[in-house]
Amino acid sequence: MPLVNGGKIADDSFVKLAVDTPLPESGDILVPAERFLGEAEGLLKRAGKVGVIWPNNRDIDELVPYLGKVAAVALVFPTFRDGRAYSQARLLRERYDYRGELRATGQVLRDQFVFMLRAGFDSFDVKKQADAEAFMQTAKRYSVFYQPTGDGRITALHRRMQLRHSEGVGT
Amino acid sequence: MYAYDEIDRTLVNERVSEFRDQVKRRLSGELTEDEFKLLRLQNGVYLQLHAYMFRVAIPYGTLASKQLRALAHVARKYDRGYGHFTTRQNIQFNWIKLAELPDALADLAKVGIHAMQTSGNNMRNVTSDQWAGVAPGEIEDPRIWSELIRQHTTLHPEFSFLPRKFKIAITASDHDRAAIKIHDIGLRLIKNEKGETGFEVLVGGGLGRTPFIAKTIKHFVHGRDILSYIEAILRVYNQYGRRDNIYKARIKILVHELGIEKFSREVDDEWQHIRNSSLQIDDEVIEDIRSRFTYPAYEKLPHMPDELRQAAADPDFEAWRKNSVAAHKVQGYSIVTISLKPIGKPPGDATAEQMDALADLADRYSFGEIRVGHEQNLALPHVAKRDLPALWKALDKLGLATPNVNLITDIIACPGLDYCSLANARSIPIAQELTRRFANHELANLIGRLHINISGCINACGHHHVGHIGILGVEKNGEEVYQITIGGRADENAGLGTLIGPGVKFDEVADVVEDIVEAYLALRERPEELFMDTVKRLGVEPFKERVYATR
Ligand code: HEM
Ligand code: SF4
Repeated sequence: MPLVNGGKIADDSFVKLAVDTPLPESGDILVPAERFLGEAEGLLKRAGKVGVIWPNNRDIDELVPYLGKVAAVALVFPTFRDGRAYSQARLLRERYDYRGELRATGQVLRDQFVFMLRAGFDSFDVKKQADAEAFMQTAKRYSVFYQPTGDGRITALHRRMQLRHSEGVGT
Repeated sequence: MYAYDEIDRTLVNERVSEFRDQVKRRLSGELTEDEFKLLRLQNGVYLQLHAYMFRVAIPYGTLASKQLRALAHVARKYDRGYGHFTTRQNIQFNWIKLAELPDALADLAKVGIHAMQTSGNNMRNVTSDQWAGVAPGEIEDPRIWSELIRQHTTLHPEFSFLPRKFKIAITASDHDRAAIKIHDIGLRLIKNEKGETGFEVLVGGGLGRTPFIAKTIKHFVHGRDILSYIEAILRVYNQYGRRDNIYKARIKILVHELGIEKFSREVDDEWQHIRNSSLQIDDEVIEDIRSRFTYPAYEKLPHMPDELRQAAADPDFEAWRKNSVAAHKVQGYSIVTISLKPIGKPPGDATAEQMDALADLADRYSFGEIRVGHEQNLALPHVAKRDLPALWKALDKLGLATPNVNLITDIIACPGLDYCSLANARSIPIAQELTRRFANHELANLIGRLHINISGCINACGHHHVGHIGILGVEKNGEEVYQITIGGRADENAGLGTLIGPGVKFDEVADVVEDIVEAYLALRERPEELFMDTVKRLGVEPFKERVYATR
């Protein structure tokens, strides 16, 4: 799966560990939530960044105490129909002010990029190479947004108010 | 009328170009059917029995004449010359080619019409009272709030992949014409003691396999908080709604399993976090939306113009007027309901010619505005009373003056086996047969208000649970069988009907309905006692007896 990070295809520094993969000496690792919660202290002490893969049916509150210490949170889209991770992403970014890498994993298609960006994802394990290549183009597909989210884009409602006020100044 | 501005139009156009790209990728094989399915559903495209079906949104049921003409154009150019108005303030086309869909959408986009989220597991078209803004006594025009919510729920980045579809309906009148109690969220616009505008919020209503009447979750949510409150409900639902079983995925099941108290505590917890965020709506924003709804420059007209007095001599006109013309909040004007239920025809269908002609009539007599109601009828919301006789003549020529609104032949029916790939039974032919049986206007009038609702399967698109008489087609040993319920209703006193006994065969349905009606006529205490009141007073027993005694 190609990784898109910072808007372009990038190398993935993280190695994904399963629940029982032996821990590598060094290097960046992405660890399943269960294992992370069990060994957090040890994992965070070693050299290399630690990221956590958080399933979409586990309460994000459990992760909150560690947010200052993890370098990446990977949220999971088991199918593209399952949108639970969108809510988790917004909670992480908007309620808990998480600023590290927020990665979308699983069934990630180009048609979800706009939604994911708006929910706060900045890194994407994309399913298809062609979709990864189309990232920038697809991410710019929309210029109008109706809802306020943590991405800070101005909403249509507020855009209208701005236009109205600037007209007002002119007359 | 609400007019999309450049900002709204840009979004609709961006959506069309995205869908064009998606269709291209599907046709080239780059997208699998599984991947494409979700994308096409979000654009209102189903794969049906015979072809792709295309569902177009009519937000809160309001159409401008040029929009209705655009729908006629789509019917003519891309379909077989007609469209089917549904119970959700949508219109469906049954014979569209996939490759032509992007063009059809582009043609509609020119007049600010789209098919965004008319299907799929996201927030569907926001529906409202088809008499919004003109009904006497309403709190205020509910479309202002409907539009606010329409915008907020369109391409929402958190709620476009919910466990299941999600429907919001809004009313602002005592008499609920928006059927809010059978929606995932129902909103009733009210004023509190301080005179502030807000909403009673209901949640967890819905029909289908497991029908529920919505429960009140909050008696008053201030208008400025309505978006954050809805967002809180949706966030709880997105996280905890069931995804393991499609039949249990609707919010009504979550509300039922948790209980309304527990569910409302969850929502409140969430709400406290987001209530004072940028979701809060200040008056200025609402005023801005309000300012983009324009209302006709009504004239000062007499309550009883000469034209109307003269026409009253014509019994046919009078029959229609009594049935189809309702009071308007402005003196001298009326709301005219246009029955799409001519005897012997499929309920809710309109031809391209009828749509075009209606658009012309709307221009001439109703300030260019048309409404679509959940009963699958249309309305002209601002007709000067002096124009009623002329309008009636014109409608009659188009086959659109059947005086049966709210009568027994004003049947709501889903497409059933004629079009729908999920159907177990036919709906439309049952409706057609029933309209023929009760074609006599004197008889229908004698019976009075009586709603028949028909669905071709348990999904309940024809709202059979809330029909005064509900007819549900099921399959039994390879045969179509129909279960009959009575006593349901979808208004402010909404309730589910009660099954009267074993299912009956296709050929027997009309006879059974006749039996029920005869029983009612014999049982009612006075002519003013409506069918529903008789059922309420006596229960289903006497009806059951009448129907099954001889079968
Ligand atoms: C022809 C293609 C259609 C298909 C495949 C379809 C499919 C479905 C399904 C699967 C449900 C049950 C969903 C659930 O409860 O979770 C449903 C419910 C419903 N549909 Fe349809 N439908 C179609 C057409 C229509 C039409 C033509 C109408 C209006 C006349 C309509 C209006 C509704 C309504 C009002 C419900 C009620 C369930 C509720 O939300 O409580 N649908 N439909
Ligand atoms: S009720 Fe069943 S048969 Fe009728 S339209 Fe809905 S899914 Fe199809």
